[in-house]
This record gives sequence, structure tokens and C-alpha cells, in this order.
Amino acid sequence: MVYMYTVTICGVMGCNAGKSEQIYENFLKEIKKYNLEDDVNVVKTGCFGLCEEGPILRISPDYIYYTRVQPQDVEEIVLEHFVKGNPVERLIYKDPKKIDGEDRDISFYSKQERVVLKNCGIINADDIDEYVGSDGYIGLENALFKMTPEQVIDEIKKSGLRGRGGAGFPTWRKWTFTRNSPGDKKYIICNADEGDPGAFMDRSIIEGDPHSVIEGMIIAAYAIGASMGYVYIRIEYGFAIQRIKKAIEKAYEYGFLGENILGSGFSFELDVRMGAGAFVCGEETALIASIEGKRGTPVPRPPYPSVKGLFGCPTSINNVETWVNVTRILANGADWYSKIGTEGSKGTKVFCLTGKVENSSIVEVPMGMSLREIIFDLGGGIKDGKKIKALQTGGPSGGVIPEHLLDTPVDYERLKDLGSMMGSGGMIVIDEDDCVIDIAKFYLDFCVEESCGRCAPCRIGGFQMLNLLDKISKGKAELEDLTRLKRIALAMKKASLCGLGQSAANPVISTLNYFEHEYIEHITEKKCRAKKCKDLISYVIIDDKCRKCALCAKECPVNAIPGDREKGFVIDQEKCIKCGLCISACPFDAVVGE
Amino acid sequence: MIKAIIDGYEINVEPGTTILDAAKKVQINIPTLCYHPDLPATAACGICIVKVKSAMGERILRACCTPVEEGMEIITNDPEVIVIRQNVLQLILSNHPNECLECERSGSCELQQLAWEFGMKSRYFENIYKKVDEDDSTRIIILHPEKCIKCGRCLEVCQKMQNVWALSFLDRGIETRFAPAGDIDDVSLDDSPCIRCGQCAEHCPVGAIIVLDQTKVVWDALRDKQKYCVVQIAPSVRAAIGESFGYEPGTILTGKLYSALRRLGFKAVFDTNFSADVTIIEEANEFVERFVHEKKELPLITTCCPSWVDFMEKHHPDMIPNFSSCKSPQQIMGALSKTYYADKMGIAPENIFMVSIMPCTSKKFEITRSMEMFSSGHRDVDVVLTTRELARMIKQTGLDFAKLEDAEPDHILSDYSGAGTIFGSTGGVMEAALRTAYNLITKKELDNVDFEQVRGLEGIKETTVNIEGTEVRVCAAHGLANVETIINRIREAKENGEELPYHFVEVMACKGGCIGGGGQPYGVGISNEIRLKRMKGLYDDDKNSAKRCSHNNPYIIKLYEDFVKDPLGETAERYFHTSYRERVTYKK
Repeated sequence: MVYMYTVTICGVMGCNAGKSEQIYENFLKEIKKYNLEDDVNVVKTGCFGLCEEGPILRISPDYIYYTRVQPQDVEEIVLEHFVKGNPVERLIYKDPKKIDGEDRDISFYSKQERVVLKNCGIINADDIDEYVGSDGYIGLENALFKMTPEQVIDEIKKSGLRGRGGAGFPTWRKWTFTRNSPGDKKYIICNADEGDPGAFMDRSIIEGDPHSVIEGMIIAAYAIGASMGYVYIRIEYGFAIQRIKKAIEKAYEYGFLGENILGSGFSFELDVRMGAGAFVCGEETALIASIEGKRGTPVPRPPYPSVKGLFGCPTSINNVETWVNVTRILANGADWYSKIGTEGSKGTKVFCLTGKVENSSIVEVPMGMSLREIIFDLGGGIKDGKKIKALQTGGPSGGVIPEHLLDTPVDYERLKDLGSMMGSGGMIVIDEDDCVIDIAKFYLDFCVEESCGRCAPCRIGGFQMLNLLDKISKGKAELEDLTRLKRIALAMKKASLCGLGQSAANPVISTLNYFEHEYIEHITEKKCRAKKCKDLISYVIIDDKCRKCALCAKECPVNAIPGDREKGFVIDQEKCIKCGLCISACPFDAVVGE
Repeated sequence: MIKAIIDGYEINVEPGTTILDAAKKVQINIPTLCYHPDLPATAACGICIVKVKSAMGERILRACCTPVEEGMEIITNDPEVIVIRQNVLQLILSNHPNECLECERSGSCELQQLAWEFGMKSRYFENIYKKVDEDDSTRIIILHPEKCIKCGRCLEVCQKMQNVWALSFLDRGIETRFAPAGDIDDVSLDDSPCIRCGQCAEHCPVGAIIVLDQTKVVWDALRDKQKYCVVQIAPSVRAAIGESFGYEPGTILTGKLYSALRRLGFKAVFDTNFSADVTIIEEANEFVERFVHEKKELPLITTCCPSWVDFMEKHHPDMIPNFSSCKSPQQIMGALSKTYYADKMGIAPENIFMVSIMPCTSKKFEITRSMEMFSSGHRDVDVVLTTRELARMIKQTGLDFAKLEDAEPDHILSDYSGAGTIFGSTGGVMEAALRTAYNLITKKELDNVDFEQVRGLEGIKETTVNIEGTEVRVCAAHGLANVETIINRIREAKENGEELPYHFVEVMACKGGCIGGGGQPYGVGISNEIRLKRMKGLYDDDKNSAKRCSHNNPYIIKLYEDFVKDPLGETAERYFHTSYRERVTYKK
């Protein structure tokens, strides 16, 4: 059937939370009302990337994006757009450039290279036919019928693909170790234990394109000689779990999974295992322990999982995004893939761009694009016209990159050289209103919370470091505390057992490295230039600006602003809890922190 | 062989050798804290880090769990490594109380020792340790979680070595603590599956798990004029107590022990080795009853070890019919002291205060485990002291142990055969019983009484003994994790109606048997090397004994003539035998 219009609605994550399900239902209702069932097709799809603007939907063939759509807007869209032929101006995504023509012409998309996310926002993730229709399972057929397992590994080697989980270990090498390890039974695992604050790439992929993940896993299983696979996913990702389970079911039904896949003689079983969401369970050995039903703590390596992994068998663990890359490489060839990216880092990388950036979004860029381009061209720059201070990459294991280094290209080694890392793809923009100590504290707090407690440097070091940062932010620290921070950082980095502990100090080390002056300022001058550290600021009323309206006094929850409309008001510093309500209450900007 | 370089010295080691072990070959002891030679590396502390240069670049790795690879260049000691170790140690100390003087492990604490070696004179980081309530619910094993450094040794021991699973790590991050783990929530140690073997305390590097000290109770009794204090010493105490006084492990110090005990003020000194001979007479007869006369089920399983008894009652109650009803030597001695001895000496049994010196923590539990432990009409044994507690009492008195003259015990309940002394080692009870069982069945004496096959540290030792053309299949297991295997074999054979794998099984909960018990001196830390030395001491004691078999011990013969009459007879049943019942694993 040929439809006049197709409405694709983002049905995942933020848009889903923003009632996209209701929007979908309303479309069906309205379309029925106007008898447009044969003319308009409504599809729930994966993430468009522009999460900031959600709920979002696209009308094709008009290439119009409606953003921040509410369920009650649907009636208007159907009537105006489909019945009368007039797009609803007020909801159309306002691109600085233009809105008609191809998707690529929207600047948010024009600089992206959507390899991994190619199906997200295009196909109905629940419909395996749509996936097959858009070249799905072609890579698998190529692998099973045109290549030997060794050739598959060779293809991955030629592509230059490196693990997208964070460390960037060459995927082919991991597979080769697992393939060459003796053992009758081998496993592969998809690590979907995404836990970095501000990162939701894996979730977006699984919710929007689960078959691309499954296909990559089957290809790897064939290459490695694995007979069983697990998708390890955190239980909080309820919708993603539902999606991947349904997709696995369908893949079995279509013969892509199970005995004798597509008649090739190769068999592979795939199942889902849920984790309780502990961050450390993203670490390979802890993940394995968790699947085995044990306490999720890392164990020393070697032996590496590729030799002795799940249930003692050789196991290869790769991240969600890696699996999708595998699917694409096998479908389009290593030559095509290796043309994207830089010398050492091939392909694309999906990032979650958040923080003080105009477009909080999921973007996919070719490796080698500069950080500045990502923030300003894709992210649309800094919110409220503020100045950028730094970019945080790599999640809690990463670090900050100051403004003057933003022309650095996205590349595993280059980011590492700057004291940060690629990580799984979190990117948080920090502006002048952010305090670096506050930022370091935020990430460290996360790692302290998530430390499994097994090894002393991470368990005690993280906690001690957090105490020190707290002292600094309260103006109670001494300069020796900076040495203490550095000594703990050294112990954690060098003597922690797993990657979590080894990298937990990175946010502190990198902020100390680039912004030591701010640390010193906090300690010696008791000053927080971003005015974030509450203990170091006091709120005052500027007499010249104050019109004695009493709004601040009325709002103050602790009655710390005595006075009357005659004499004016003064903030009692003893009583003030620095909640900031007076600042937002004042219509004349007369209350300030200093 | 793998070739590598450690601190400039070339080494050749077997594949799989850790850096820690390899370094010993060039006289380097890399400092460790969480590592224990008995256990797989838990890799928790981060003290043993070394610098490794290889094809993968320069890395800092843990020596305890990193195998040496071909071509590695290892640096165990450079300024960076030392600074990192110091920082890690400072961090550990910042989460540990400053209570060395009041700590049970002061002087034998591995953390204290390390801090001294590293020259930690002051604390660099703020102390963040939080007081946590102690758990003394068992009144034997006492947990001080706030002193714990989370090395994980106790868990390895409790879960893997002993298969008991009474202890687990709970919570995460800085809140991580070891605790008795219930199936739903926290429980007290007494309500957990704990069998009080004390191996957790024996392996704890600090004072986080300690054993109840009852020396004061004994001092009070000794000073009480109403009380007639008598004492017994277990077989393996004599092979280990010397370690507290600078002797080599395995030095047999029976005479000095008798002497020291007399000097402490005990009115009579008995030897548990004698009652071990009684146990053998009873147990060997029990075996013959089952094996020859088919009166009860086979295999016969030994029950001298109270931790094993507790474990079986909790986890394998279906094996109760196979359990020897014979009490342990400690309890037999207790009963004899308050009946036979009291009667002979004309002392009122209620005035007799029986103290046992045991290598074992569980013996403190055994003395009240059932009403049958009160067979004399009184508590058969009043207090149990561990080897460590006795050593402390001797030190408190200022006795120069090494210079003591050997003394005689009270012969009536002391003179033992070699069979009695080897009770302290895994395989010893089995060997002793076989020596007498052979005689009971054949009425002949063995030409060679040494059953080498059941000796040594192999976890499960099996052999076949030919008694007059009949094959007797025996097995000795130690370290409770090994017991599961054996019990399952027996159970399977029973269920399938197949030929039994064994006729006679000996079990001791602790690795190596009582010589490796939870009450033995800490010294430099328990290891197989020390276990073997202590074992050798006992087997040498056996070899040097005038009588090698229990049934040939003249004092035993006299005891049966005068008092017991028949093995398994009425008197024997009353004083030397007990019964078992199923117990819940978790008390709620």
C-alpha cells in the first residue's frame, strides 16, 4: 500500500516519557475520524537524536519535524496538515538554515554520519520485516555464506573497529583470543549495562534498532565459534528489555537464531540477563560474576574472559554499539568502513551531548571531528549565550577538556593524551556557571557510590577524596589537601583492581590539572568563582537596585530576610541557608551571591 | 619454563607461577597484606603491586595474582612503587581504629607489622573508621567488623575451604562489611550456619575475627580453694605450642607441657591421648559390629571433630545413622575425670574443675552441645582453652618455658599409645582405628602399623586395607569442602543400591586436622609447610611410643578391667557415647 503521508513518532526514552504513546494513539484516533486510514501511516520508531526537542515526530515525504508535540496538538496536525495541506508552523523544528528538502539539510543532521543509528528514527523497531527491508541480516548472510569464521575476523581487523565500551581494545583481537582459546563451549555477551551519568546511547540503540545488535552478535558467534550468547542489560531499562526480548523472539521465528541458522549449519542461542544496575557490572569480570549469580565484583585478570570467562568458558564481551558496527561492517565491507574516521580510530562514534548545550541530543559523528564542531555545530552552542569552560567526556572515568583544547579531534589516543577518554560516549558541556570542584565531586560521588568495595585503594581512596573535595568546597581545606588528593589519585590509579577504581580519580586529576587555580582559590581565598559552592558565597541585597517590594522576604523559607517596606531588607547571614529562592524571587535582580 | 627478569636477576619458572612466588626465588619477599598462601589471591589490598615492563608497555600489577610471562621485566622496588604502597597503606590505616593496645591481635597483627615495616609513624589521612557493634553471639568466635580490612580471607576460608558460607560481604563501597549472612537479612553469627571451626580467625590478618579468651575463668578456678582443678591436653597441642616460645613447628613438648601445667597449679594433669585410645577401643568395636556383624549401616563415619558434627547435623542429617556414636576424646576424658578418677581419688566430682587445652575453637562449643556432655552428672568438661590461651597463661606467670624440666602426668588417665597421639592429624583417627580393628577381627597384630596412604595433606585420601582377605575401603577427608564430594558418593551409592564406596570414613573440619585447628598459635601464619611440620611431630611421637596400638596400652586394659568392662557395654554407653539430631541451618 502506498500512503500519502507517513508519520514517524519517536517512541523511546525521553519522547516516550513525554507521552509519545498517547500522541500515537491520538493519531490513530484522528486519522480514523477523518477516514484517512488509507492515506496516512503512523509508525513508532527509535530516537531521532534531538532529544532536547521531544516529543518529536516526522512527516514524510514532507521532511517536516514537529517538535515538543503534545497529545492535544495531534487533532490540529491531522486537520491542518493532512486534511487541509497546511503544515502547523508553530510546531515545526526551527532550523537556522532551512527546513525543506532532505534530512541532511537540517544542520543537526548534516554533519552527522549515521552508521550505527542509521535505522533509528526511520524504522519501526518492533517490526523485523522493516529491519530486513532496510538491509537487515544482510551482514549475517554475507558472513554465513560467503566467508569462513577467520575471514569474518579478518574483515573486522581490516575495518579497524575498536571496542566502543570505552577502552578501545581492537575488536578483532578480542575475538581472536576467544576463538583460539581451547574449549567446547564459548559464550558471547552484549554489555548493555550502560550506567554513566548522562549517557543513554546504548538504550537508544536497543530501543530503536534491536536487530542490529542481535545481528552483530550472531556474526561474532559465528566468527568465534560461540554457541550461546547473553544480552546483559540493566533492569531499569524496562522498555529496552521488552524490545530486545521481542526482537530475539522474532529472530528465532525467522530462523536468524536457533538451530541451523538460515540452513547454514551454524547454531546459536541468545537470551537476556538482567543486572541490578551496578555500574561496576559493566566491568567484564564483574559482569560475568553477576550473570553467574554471584556478587558483582571484579576479579583479577588474567585469566582474561577470552580464556576463562562465563562459567569458566572462553567468552567475548562487547558493547552494544560495537555489535551494531559489526553488523554494518559485514553488510557494507571493511573498505567502506575504514574510510570513515582517523588513522587509529575508525568509524563513527555515538555521543550523548548534554549539559549546558543548546541541543541535548544523541549524535553520531565520524571519528576525527573536533569537539568544538560537536558542541557548536551539532549541539547548537552554549545555552543562554554563556561562555563554555570545558567539556567533560568519558563519564565518571573520563575527565574535563578545557576550552582551549576543544579543537582536539575525537580519537581514542588524543582524548587519552588530554587526561580524558572516549568512554562509552557521554559528553557534558560545562559553562562558566559550573564549578570544577562541584563537577569533580559529582563524578567522584558517583564512583564512590558505585565502588564494589573489594579493593582498598578504590574503596577507601574514593571516599577520602570525596571528603577532601567537600572540605575544599566548604572553604575548610588547606593547601596540603591538594597533595593529599594527588597522593590518593596515584594510589587509586595504580593500585585499584579494576577499571572503575583506576579511573575514578580522573575527574579530579583532570580538573586539578587544568583548573588548579580554582582549587587554590577555594582554599586560600575561600572563593568559588562560579558561585556554586554554597559555603563560600553569601547572598546580599544591593541597595541601589532594591525597590523594597518584600518578595524576597516572603519567599525565604527560614525567615532570614528581616526588614520592612520602609527601611528595606537585609539578609541575615547567620540564618541564611543559601537556597537561592530570594534570587529567583527578586524581579529587579537586586539579590546577588558574592 | 618461562624466563623473566626480577630486579635485574634472571629467573626461570614454571608457567603459571605468580610474580610473588617467582620473586622468592631471588630472595625477594614482596610485601603483601590480603594474600594468604592457603587461599587463592583475593587481590583486595593493592600492597603487593610491582612495576612490569612487557610488550604491553609499563604497567603496575599485583604480584599475588599476576603470572610471570615470558620476557617480563619486573621491578619490585622503586621510588614510585614504594610511594604507591605507602599511599595505599595510609589509606587502609585511615579506615582502621587506633586501638592496637586493646586489640587481641596486638603483636600478631599483620597490618601492625606492615605499618612498622613501612615506617608509618603518623597518619596522613583523616581517620574515617566507624564503630560497629561486635558480634559475640556464639560466645566463641567474636566478630569486630570495624577492624576488618576487607582482605576477604575469612570469606574464602568459610565459603571455599570449609563450604560453610556463614560469612559474606554485605553492602558495597565504603559501607562494605563482612557479616554472617542469612538467606534474607543479617543474622547473628550464632544464627548463621557457622560451625565455629575458627578458621576465619586463624586466617584473619587483623583483630576483626577473634576467639573468646577464657583464661580469666581458669585463673579464677585455679585460685578457688574449693575447686580441684584438673587439666587435659589434646594430641596436637604438644606439636604446636612451642611456636609461641620460639620453637620450630612440630617440636614435641609433652613433658614441658605437663611441667608448665603443674606449675600453673593444676592438681592433676591428664593427657587426651589416653582418652583417644579409649575412643579407638569403642570406635573400632563399633566398626567391627557394623562391618563383621552387620548390625548397623556402613560406612562408619568418625565424630571426634565437633565442627564436623555440627556441619553434618545441619547439612547432612540423612547421614546420622552412619555416625559413630562414640564421643570425642575430650568428652571421654571429662567423663572419666569426674567418675573413674573422682572415685579412685575420693574427690567429690562436683569439686573437680576440668580444663581442656585444645587446638580447637569448636571444642568450646562441644562441652555443652547436648545433655550427654553432662554424663557424669556434672559438666564433664568445665572450660576449654586453646593452645594460644595456654601459651598466654604460661607467659603471664613468667615461666621460662624453654628451661622447664620435663614432668610426669598423672598416669592413671595419661599414658598413651602412638595411636592416641596421631589423632591430631588428618588420617590419624582412621589409622589408629584400623590398627585396633585389625586385631579385633583377626586376633592378630599387624606387622606394619603405618598406613602411609592416609597420611599427608591431600584433601581426600582413599585406600584399601586387606583384613584376612576382606577388603576394607577407607577414606580420610579434611577441609569441609572436600567432605561434600565424599558424602555425595556415599549417598549416591545408597540411593542406587550400589556397592558402597567406603566402609570407614574419617572427617576433620580443619585442613590438616587438629594440628591446623583454629586455636593454634598464629606465629608467622598457618601454611601447609607448618601443617606438615606439626604432623611430622605427631607421627614421630607415634613412632617413638612403646605401644603403637590402643588395645595394647596397659592403662587402657586396666581401665576396661576396673571400670568400663566391655566396649560398647553399659558403662561405655553411659559415659562414652552420644547421639545426634537434625539442626536447622539458619536459626530465626
